[in-house]
This record gives sequence, C-alpha cells and structure tokens, in this order.
Amino acid sequence: MNERNERIHGVACTFRKPSDVYHAAEKVRDAGWKQWDVHTPFPIHGMDQAMGLPRSPVPRLTLLGGVTGFLTGCLLTWYTNSADYPIVVGGKPFWSVIYPFPVLYECTILFAAFGTFFGQFIFNRLPRHHHPLFDHPQFARVSDDTFMIVLEATDPNFHVDESRNFLQSLGGQEITIVRD
Amino acid sequence: MAHAPDHSSERPAILDKVRPAELPRSPLILNNRGFHWITDKVCGIVEEPTPLWWKVTFVVALFIASFTFIGLTYLVSTGTGTWGLRSPVGWGWAIVNFVFWVGIGHAGTLISAILCLLRQKWRTSINRAAEAMTIFAVMCAGLFPLFHVGRVWFGWWLFPLPNQNGIWPQFRSPLEWDVFAVSTYFTVSALFWYMGMIPDLGAIRDRATTWWRKTFYGVLAMGWRNGNRQWSNFEMAYLLLAGLSTPLVLSVHTIVSFDFAVSNVPGWHTTIFPPYFVAGAIFSGFAMVLTLMLPLRAIYRLHDVINQYHVDNMCKIILATGTMVGYAYATEFFIAAYSGNAYEKFAFVNRAFGQYAWAYWIMVSCNVITPQLFWFKKVRENHALVWIICLFVNVGMWFERFVITVTSLANDYLPSSWGYYSPTIVDIFTFFGTFGFFSVLFLLFIRFLPLLPMAEVKMVTPQADPHAH
Repeated sequence: MNERNERIHGVACTFRKPSDVYHAAEKVRDAGWKQWDVHTPFPIHGMDQAMGLPRSPVPRLTLLGGVTGFLTGCLLTWYTNSADYPIVVGGKPFWSVIYPFPVLYECTILFAAFGTFFGQFIFNRLPRHHHPLFDHPQFARVSDDTFMIVLEATDPNFHVDESRNFLQSLGGQEITIVRD
Repeated sequence: MAHAPDHSSERPAILDKVRPAELPRSPLILNNRGFHWITDKVCGIVEEPTPLWWKVTFVVALFIASFTFIGLTYLVSTGTGTWGLRSPVGWGWAIVNFVFWVGIGHAGTLISAILCLLRQKWRTSINRAAEAMTIFAVMCAGLFPLFHVGRVWFGWWLFPLPNQNGIWPQFRSPLEWDVFAVSTYFTVSALFWYMGMIPDLGAIRDRATTWWRKTFYGVLAMGWRNGNRQWSNFEMAYLLLAGLSTPLVLSVHTIVSFDFAVSNVPGWHTTIFPPYFVAGAIFSGFAMVLTLMLPLRAIYRLHDVINQYHVDNMCKIILATGTMVGYAYATEFFIAAYSGNAYEKFAFVNRAFGQYAWAYWIMVSCNVITPQLFWFKKVRENHALVWIICLFVNVGMWFERFVITVTSLANDYLPSSWGYYSPTIVDIFTFFGTFGFFSVLFLLFIRFLPLLPMAEVKMVTPQADPHAH
C-alpha cells in the first residue's frame, strides 16, 4: 500500500436500481475483492450470494445463549428450591426437570434472545458512531433510495485510479473517493 | 452403480405450455409508490411540526392516565380493602385486566414473528405499530399483578433475589411461572422491536437537520450503515428472534392460562385452556390493531401502504380466531356435561344462566356473533363498521376474562360460601386509567419513532426485486 492510500477509506459509487447494484456486486465478487460492501436502503434478496458472503455467524451465539439459559434455569431452580431451602411439597422430589419446566423454557428463550440481539451487534461491530462513510456527501441517501458500492483501501486489489475505472465499468455513478 | 436414465430429453414439450399460471396477487403498496415516497411518508410523520390533534389527544390521554395513578395511590395509601376483593372472590378486576392487556399484546408478536416465519409479506405495513402495541399493553398488564400482591414495595420478592428471610420463590407455583413468562415476553418483545427499528432510526438520522435530532436518532441508530454485511447479520438475527418469539408468545398465554388451569376450581381446571386462551389473545389483539391502525391510516393518509388487502386479512384473522373462541365455549360445555362431574356441570350452567348470565351473554354476542359479520366483503370494506366491530370484540374479550375469573370463584363448591363480586370505584378508576397510560405511550411512539418499518416496506415493493425488469 502506498502512502497516498493511507488517508483514503476507499472508493464509492452509487446506483439507482436494485438490479444494477446486484449485478455490479456479482462482478466485484468475481474480481476477487474481499474488503468491500454494498450499502442498500433495505436488504436485497440474494445479495449475500451476489457478494459471496458466508452464512451469518449470529446463530452460534443464539445456541450458546439458549444452552446457557436452560442451564441457568436448572441451576437457579435446583439451588433455590432444593439445595438452599428445600420445601417439602407432597413428598415429591425437591428438584426435577418437570415442575420448573416453564421457568427453564422461558430462561432458554430469554438468553437465546440476548445471544441473538447482542450477537447482531457484536458481529456488525456496532455501536460505532464514527465512520468515514458518515462524512461522505452521498451516504445519507443510502437509507432512502440510493444504492452504493464501496471498495475499501485495505483490500490488496485496491488502487485509486484502477478501482475508479473498475467501478465505472460496472455502471456506477457519482464515483468518489471516501477520505478517512 | 447403475446410471439413472436421462428422462429430460423424453419430456414432452407441452409441459412448458401448461406451467401453472401465476395467480395475480393483490399489490401490497398501491399506486406504485417508490422508495423515496415511503421514506418521505414515514419520516415526515416524525419530522412535521407537532399536529394539533396530537397535542389535544395527548393531554386527554394524560388526564385519563391520571385515573390509574389516583387509583393506585389510593390503594397503596389506604389498603387492599379498597378493591372489591373479598371472600370468596379473591381475584377480581385486577386479574381480568391483566389477562385482557396481555392478550392484546399477543397480536403484535403474532404479526411480527409468526407471520414473518410464514412469509406473509402484508405484515410489514402494520408490524412496527403492532409491536409497539404489544410492549405498551404488557406494561399496562404488569401493573395489575404487581399491585395485586398487596404490598407493592415487596414486589421484588417475585424474583429469585436473596432477601433477609433467606427464602426463595416457589417454582412449583404457576404464578411464579407467570413472572418468568411475562418478564421474558416483555424483554424479548422490546429487543425485537428495537432491533427491527435500527435501520429506520438510521434513515431518520440521515435526514436530520437539527442538533437534537441528529443526537437522539444517531445514538438510537447505533451507527447503522446499511451495508449488506450488516444486513446479513441483521436479517439472520431478525429471523432468529422471530423464531424465538413464536414459541414464546404461545407459551406466555399458555402459562397465563395455567394460573387458572392448574387450580382445582370448577370451570378453571380444564385442559382446553392453553389453546383457548391463545386463540382469544390473538382475536382481541387483532381487534386492537385495527382499532389503532384505522384512525392512524386516515390521519396520516397511509392508504397506499395500509390498503384494503391488509384490512381484509386482519378481518379474516379476527373471524377465524373468533370462531375458534366460539368453538372453545361450546367444547367447554360439552366436556362439562360429558365429565359427569356435578361441580363442573354446575359451573357452566351457572355461567350461562346464573347470577352473572348478563356478562356471559355480552361475551357470547360480542365474541361469537359480531365477528361473523366479517364473512361479508361489504362489511370488511366499510371501515367505520370494522372499527365498531373491533370495539365490540375488545369489550367481549374483557368480559370473557371476567366470566372465567369471577363466575368460577363466586359459586364454587359449597353454596354456603358463595358470594357476589362487584368492583369498587377504585377498581374502575385503575382500569379506566390504563387506557390513558397506553395512549400516552402510543402517542409518544407515533410522534418520535418510525411508525412503519420503512426498510421492510421497501423490501416488499415490486421494484425491490433485483431480478425485476
């Protein structure tokens, strides 16, 4: 990477239609880019494949949360109703998996939901209130009706002029450099 | 291994011609509105100067909410005797109101989670407001059991927190299951609602011009950048939360019904309660969604986004669940007769013809008879009539909970211990005020948060399809 690139976040261009940005994304993927993103006002169906993204890792944290929740529920009900302060109810076992099942069920769902919710933030690296793109003049329109491809300077394929020409060949408009 | 014969060349060419015709689908967004129109419409609601109707309604809602505040203040300062509860009816309006409000909430989760899993695209237009309704309804619901415990300052004993007595909650109690079910429900609904709102909050942030707007929506949007790498995780998380909320919502009203069904009171101790309660919850919740959305649609001229197709679908769900509820009433009678249990038989005959017969027949006429009008297209297209029928449904569902709770307790086993329950003015104030409390929260939601999920509505427009021509 040359010194000029250090203060450059990447090169951005806009598209007007979902189909245009979709086909452009396929070409960026086929050109072997890794550090890039497609910014769209809504999730475009099939864009993950068009970008060649792997499956989202969020479900791993959901599973982890669910298992943790179930075990936490077991530990909580066992400790409180059997270990710390056993209560005799009709000569039944102090703890079994049956009677507190609604509690275990709700704990499983609660912790799985926490895993999912925070998983989304963790894998998306959010919250992050500063980002070079926020200073980009066209970026505010991305949440409205504009589609944007950003090729980032950290990618080995990146070279300012070549990347601009590449975006031009894809049909991108308003090609601009995003400063860091 | 034998080679599978290749039949592709033998396929008759006619098959291409008899490919099933695509049925015309009702458009979800009318007048071919574009992405920018949707952004302008939804953000415009938040960005416009506060309309006069909002200010007036807000003040009225605050006034009504003060009734709950006065009712609860009087209850706490004077004592629980100010409610109409006395032997034999220890569960009166508070439990009725609790089940009523929790039930209202369930339609929001049905729309946001179950209809999402079933890929019902029409849900997008009403999803955000319905979820907000869920959260506010659960907040109203939570007030009642909290104050029903008597000494509300010991409300934290409901949770398994260490206290100076060294004792813990008893997890064999359905009431304790309820604590976990309702608090989980509230938490997960709030997470789901907020997470779904992040991209839309980002859209409002991007249009913000004033400092406080940039800060408020900027902080809430968490730095969302609309990148597909983010959308990929977001959509996965959204789907998973929908998948988690579905068993959750079914479990919540199941557990609420366990509060009754696990007891030994005639008329409560029945296995039909969980599905019957869930159907009733969805029934009342959809009625509340329509009660809220029809006026909002008229005020904000959202006719292109919430069109007749949406209203039709909701009316049909109300018709279906109302009929299920009616069927459950009939089944209860049949099982009571078939059980051979004298107390059970009496409980049901007493409901229909005893001292609370007036409440029973209000319930049946509102819940079973009025929704049958939705069979007619003319009725579904007359929105004033739809709105009135929905009010009837809400009244009917409140009476259903009243009939279940009060009739069984007032006349249980021994005639010597029978009684007649009536609410006091404090009960009535407290319940009446919750409508104000709900309205205050809902009005704040309308004013400050995106009423419609913009990203999701854009996603279901025909021009959002990347393969469209």
